[in-house]
Amino acid sequence: MFPAAFDYLPAHSVDEALAALLKHGADARILAGGQSLIPAMRFRLARPTVLVDINPIAGLAYLREENGALLMGAGARDFAVEVAPFIKERYHLIFDAAAVVADPIVRQSGTIVGSLCHNDPAGDWGVVALAARAEVVVRGNAGTRVVPIDDFLIDSFTTAVGEGEMALEARFPTPNERTSGSYQKIERKVGDFATAAAGVQLTLSADGTIAAAGVAIGAAGPTAKRVVEAEKILLGARPSIAVLRAAAAEAKEISDPIADTRGDIEFKREMAGVLVYRGLLATLKRLQQGELH
Amino acid sequence: MAMTTDPPVQERHAIGQSLKRKEDPRFIRGAGRYVDDIVLPGMLYMALVHSPYPHARINGIDKTAALAMPGVKAVITGEDLVNAGLGWIPTFHGYDKQMVLAVGKAVYQYQEVAGVIATSREAALDAAEVVDVDYEPLEVIADPFVSMRDTLIIRDDRENKTNHIYHWEVGDRDKTDAALAASEVQIDERIEFQRVHPAPLEPCGIVADMSGGTGRLTMYLTSQAPHAHRTVVSMVTGIPEDKIRIVSPDIGGGFGNKVPVYPGYVVATAASVILGVPVKWIETRTENLTCSGFARDYHMRVQIGATAAGNITALKVTTVADHGAFDAVADPSKYPAGLFGIVTGSYDFPTAFTELDAYFTNKAPGGVAYRCSFRVTEASYAIERGMDMLAQRLGMDAAEFRLLNFVKKVQFPYPSPLGFVYDSGDYHLTLRNALDKIGYKELRAEQAEKRARGEYMGIGISTFTEAVGAGPSKLFDIMGIKMFDSAEIRIHPTGSGIVRTGARHQGQGHETTWAQIVAEELGLDPQNILVEEGDTDTAPYGLGTYASRSTPVAGGAIALAARKVREKAKKIAAHVLEASEDDIEWEDYKFKVTGVPGKSITMKEVAFAAYTNPTPGSEPGLEATFYYDPPNMTFPHGAYIAVVDVDAETGYTKVRRFLAIDDCGTIINPMIVEGQIHGGLTEGFAIAFMQEIRFDAAGNNLNTNFTEYLIPTSLETPHWETDKTVTPSPHHPIGAKGVGESPNVGSPAAFVNAVVDALAPLGVKHIEMPLTRAKVWHAIKDARAAASAPLAQNGATHA
Repeated sequence: MFPAAFDYLPAHSVDEALAALLKHGADARILAGGQSLIPAMRFRLARPTVLVDINPIAGLAYLREENGALLMGAGARDFAVEVAPFIKERYHLIFDAAAVVADPIVRQSGTIVGSLCHNDPAGDWGVVALAARAEVVVRGNAGTRVVPIDDFLIDSFTTAVGEGEMALEARFPTPNERTSGSYQKIERKVGDFATAAAGVQLTLSADGTIAAAGVAIGAAGPTAKRVVEAEKILLGARPSIAVLRAAAAEAKEISDPIADTRGDIEFKREMAGVLVYRGLLATLKRLQQGELH
Repeated sequence: MAMTTDPPVQERHAIGQSLKRKEDPRFIRGAGRYVDDIVLPGMLYMALVHSPYPHARINGIDKTAALAMPGVKAVITGEDLVNAGLGWIPTFHGYDKQMVLAVGKAVYQYQEVAGVIATSREAALDAAEVVDVDYEPLEVIADPFVSMRDTLIIRDDRENKTNHIYHWEVGDRDKTDAALAASEVQIDERIEFQRVHPAPLEPCGIVADMSGGTGRLTMYLTSQAPHAHRTVVSMVTGIPEDKIRIVSPDIGGGFGNKVPVYPGYVVATAASVILGVPVKWIETRTENLTCSGFARDYHMRVQIGATAAGNITALKVTTVADHGAFDAVADPSKYPAGLFGIVTGSYDFPTAFTELDAYFTNKAPGGVAYRCSFRVTEASYAIERGMDMLAQRLGMDAAEFRLLNFVKKVQFPYPSPLGFVYDSGDYHLTLRNALDKIGYKELRAEQAEKRARGEYMGIGISTFTEAVGAGPSKLFDIMGIKMFDSAEIRIHPTGSGIVRTGARHQGQGHETTWAQIVAEELGLDPQNILVEEGDTDTAPYGLGTYASRSTPVAGGAIALAARKVREKAKKIAAHVLEASEDDIEWEDYKFKVTGVPGKSITMKEVAFAAYTNPTPGSEPGLEATFYYDPPNMTFPHGAYIAVVDVDAETGYTKVRRFLAIDDCGTIINPMIVEGQIHGGLTEGFAIAFMQEIRFDAAGNNLNTNFTEYLIPTSLETPHWETDKTVTPSPHHPIGAKGVGESPNVGSPAAFVNAVVDALAPLGVKHIEMPLTRAKVWHAIKDARAAASAPLAQNGATHA
């Protein structure tokens, strides 16, 4: 397949990119990893007339911890996250997800910020960002703003990034020692979109009760969604099979998937619950909780 | 373990050696030369316009906007082709005709409606988007069981106003019905083999070249059968056959998909004739998956009878076949349902009957033999699933049940109740070897333990028999052309040589294996035997490569052509050694003079003599051609065992082990055979678990690209364990039977049998392929609901 004709504008600075976006308006799209955009263009489902390539911009591919958060620049690749030892050590939810995004070839190019901006209903990073309570830094002509992930993900393929704006960075709060998480995904084969996905992150208090809970599911509606009722059930509770089951049931309850070749609605809703349950179990195991009852 | 094996390698010169593939260096280095690599001066590019509707009247096509686009040279419609006498072409076996471009109406989604020729591929695609077609959507039939009601006639161009295409049957209906009725136990089950697609990595394509003032048409074509295509092109267009040259360059996989003639070929050729310049058309992936030959789509009812002790008494299989909008099945003329009669499989049925009815639907046409000898895969799946269902009904072990009912070694040559004469086999040996090797008893013990713990582990067996190597000319032809094959061997003065055949490899390794056959027969170095196929100007006539026919047919021709060379060489040897021809014997890959130790001459020396010291009074040179009409088909068989664990919570199946023991007779190159088995097993795995060309009720194709039509990667693919038994074919010149398709034919049933076996404690009897997580999960849920329903009812009664 071949894309429709388009102009290619390499940007060498953020300002240059923003100027190009401002000039070309809705016809322009940012090219970061291109792992979703290019296939969509090849099928002519996306037909931007201008591609603003931000890859030539120096210094955008950073991954660093600063002020209690992990900062991922707009150029940071999935692969870099997957292989960073400090992420494997402390950011369990993020590490899990980085290892299962699409396939290894896609992960070489694909970016986390690009995936958040693409906001595919079955994308991985929206689920992770919700469960981890991430924020996205957005810059435009009017200046820079920091958008909580809940406000960032608006609808399928729609985010808070406005015309002439660019997402510069994703910020994930650094987990403390009593925090862990898990990302669970069902896919038909490596590289497929998720049939169902769940991300969870828990912080335990010193007395063993749950001090903070993030639960989100993917491929379960127009965008990744937070399972608010599950978080409520978990918060303050002492982990038990019954509590986990109750939280998982809430995920099934709000899961609103489409039927497609990956499965029917009943199956996918069931899987949302199964994956949240498995994610919670895996998280507690990582937190070295004993056998649950 | 008692295994028959090849003679020790050192005893044979070339056959049985795992020679590295001679073709691989160029493939690995990206130096293969495929159709899309061909660029000719002045060449134009074609893109096709496809119907978005599965069934729609075409009220008009406005070319104006497309013709006004930059670089556009022509827009060709169905009407244009009708005016040129090329509106319709005969289907593969000649019993139906198909539109080249939609004429009057489109009859399936993505059907080719117009061709746009432009100076670049991009320009052609851009212009194809603006060809303005006025469609009037019509009612759609996407289900053969609806089609058979004839409430709407899809093919109103045909004389018979019905969607029914043909009825075919073989066997003894009355005797079989009577035997089934008298059976103490029987199954009567629906088994579907879903529509799948061969999906070769290289899609189809052509560079048609009618330029140059030679009056010759050269077609660089993704063709598995270049000679057959040349003859068809000549018959359809009226261009004399000597004016047509078909070159099939390197091919990136065929699997039956590159056997038919596709509309794109015809339109590109017509465009080249009209415009006088070369025209290239290369399918997109979506075009390949939506328009070109699909496979299977058989809806089968399987009835098997047995005694209470488990002795089989009769088999009846009744099939509804969905052929799409044209009867474009790729089957030999006398076999509209291919070799489906192999459906009695490896079992000694006293009587059998099978019948099939084919119907039109608003779906892409086809029914190609996807890594399959003409419907052998559907048949093998039906019998291997059916035998497991019957074993389950009888409460017998699936292996014991098979061993009880196999055709015995002493029964070969075995006349099957549906008309084949199986050449050879040892089914008991192959299965017993497989059971020993995988540790069947231990696995059953493990399964029992796991079942007690509520875990779902399954063991699935498939012991298939294929009929391959079409075929004997008294039975097999395509549009009248008999299905022999041919080889031409030329030995050069310095003892190297070239072999050409009518086959056309697409990755099978002919460049290596053919050299090994020649080297074995003539005592030459296989590294210096060049193999060339695919150019109709140079290769001898043959019917091409599909249906596992290359080694059984062309391979036979090569061996026999080599023996003709050897006969001539013997005369030369006698002349050089100054001995009587009667005293010359071929021994230890040399010509020797009987009774005179040390007096011998190598084939290399004979070759030199053939050109430097020819026998007085006879032809110089050393070459031969042989056209081989095989006396029978060959019947490879195998025993496959899959071991799976099913996650009942998510429906996920983990294939923990898979053992394939194949018997393909004499093995020419063990490494290539193993590679073929790995490839075929991976395709069989994909078919069993993830692949299907599905349509919604409105006739929309839901699997139009590799995001939806899944090709497993190394991460999904199980580890394959392989082994062999060797029962040489008694009639094939080197005892070989063909192997490329066995794993695709035999493995789907093993996978499904294993999953059903895992879930048998729940009462699951069958799940249709592909065994997706969702389907398996629903099967478990439904079985649990069914198991608890009577209890609930009882409870209600008591309350």
